[in-house]
Amino acid sequence: MTGFVSIRNLHKFYGQFEALKGIDLDIAEGEVLCIVGPSGSGKSTLIRCINRLESFAEGSEIVVDGTPVMPGPALAKVRADVGMVFQSFNLFPHLTVRRNVMLAPLRVRKITTAEASARADTLLKRVGISEQADKYPGQLSGGQQQRVAIARALAMEPRVMLFDEPTSALDPEMVGEVLDVMRSLAGTGVTMIVVTHEMGFARQVADRVIFMDGGEIIETAAPDEFFSSPKEIRTQNFLKTVLNR
Amino acid sequence: MSILIDTFFNIEVLERSMPLLLKGLWVTIRLGIVSILAGLAGGLILALLRLYAIWPLQFLARIYIDIFRSLPLLVLLVIVYYALPFIGIRMSPFWSAMCALSMVSAAYNAEVFRAGIEAVPAGQFEASEALGLRYGQLMMDVILPQAIKIVIPPLTNNSINVIKDTALASVVAMPDLLKQATQAQALTANPSPLIGAAVIYILLLWPLVLAVGRLERRFGQGKRT
Repeated sequence: MTGFVSIRNLHKFYGQFEALKGIDLDIAEGEVLCIVGPSGSGKSTLIRCINRLESFAEGSEIVVDGTPVMPGPALAKVRADVGMVFQSFNLFPHLTVRRNVMLAPLRVRKITTAEASARADTLLKRVGISEQADKYPGQLSGGQQQRVAIARALAMEPRVMLFDEPTSALDPEMVGEVLDVMRSLAGTGVTMIVVTHEMGFARQVADRVIFMDGGEIIETAAPDEFFSSPKEIRTQNFLKTVLNR
Repeated sequence: MSILIDTFFNIEVLERSMPLLLKGLWVTIRLGIVSILAGLAGGLILALLRLYAIWPLQFLARIYIDIFRSLPLLVLLVIVYYALPFIGIRMSPFWSAMCALSMVSAAYNAEVFRAGIEAVPAGQFEASEALGLRYGQLMMDVILPQAIKIVIPPLTNNSINVIKDTALASVVAMPDLLKQATQAQALTANPSPLIGAAVIYILLLWPLVLAVGRLERRFGQGKRT
């Protein structure tokens, strides 16, 4: 069986250093997958390969909804269908919040300005930012910026959403509002791949949790099983550290 | 004292030579504007080649930028006007000067544009790519609007230099402001027209110099977000 997102034999090198050591992973349509692991384990590199923000070694294969993720015209289609939310938000500082959300649908999907504007307003309402639509990103708090970033990605009506440690750069009191938006997104049919340190979120929302270490997938399990009875010693040690128990 | 005034600030001579000086000023302004525009366009293209083209073009762009930044403008101007005719390329003084000025200013502007583009955080490129924007859209909609704020003060500076350097064109018989002034000086046997030209250059460029200062303050200490 191959997944909606299918990763085969994924290798990634930084010079001599092998960041990913042959990852095989299938993600079903609509699934919420959380990837956890210590920093430097390759989890961010893994999801950045899915829309090819990182190139990967020859012989590796990633397929999204039947389209191989290779340089060329097909890559544009994959990127249009795969949304991404970054740790550092990466909103466009010279555009208003609304224009941030409108830009890609206007340019890539070629919808009209009126449609794009209406879509932006709907999405901004959904993430609770409607009142700030005409402000610039620099005028918003971190939590608000990240919610705008989620709306910006959703405006492309993606089939897959990648979250690269979306709450790691936030002040603690703002983590909740972003997780709430992500929680409401889960179960809407969009496939979510989430790299996170938020174990509570992973346990509550994920369909499946993956533990990565040293560029490899060490353990894959349903969240209850993953957190209550991890099989691998490395997973147990990691959970002990992050959960302080 | 009156000798000094008669020699350098002779009102009567100035009045007589003013039509010539104004004619020269008009040529200087035209040459300056055309060269600045060509230098800006060339600089942006060079910067993009230098940053993103396939390696042979990247290499050529780099060589071009380095050579034209190390070549004295006067030497280039003389080569374009006096040497190129030997291989059949003949240009009027105006176009010779315009070519030399814009070729050199393009090299300087390229480095400014490159620094501006490189100053835009990598996350802006990644976010644009992740959204599926094509390269041209990424540049026009996201990167250049942010880079432009960084590059406007140094580009204005370069443009002031271009206008000042137009004076070198008098060497190739361009009837620009300086050339007209030296001719008027010869005609009247009095250097007052040269002083007149100096005043006109200052009146022309001082506002631009002030503008650079204002722009630097505005973009330099504004919000970084």
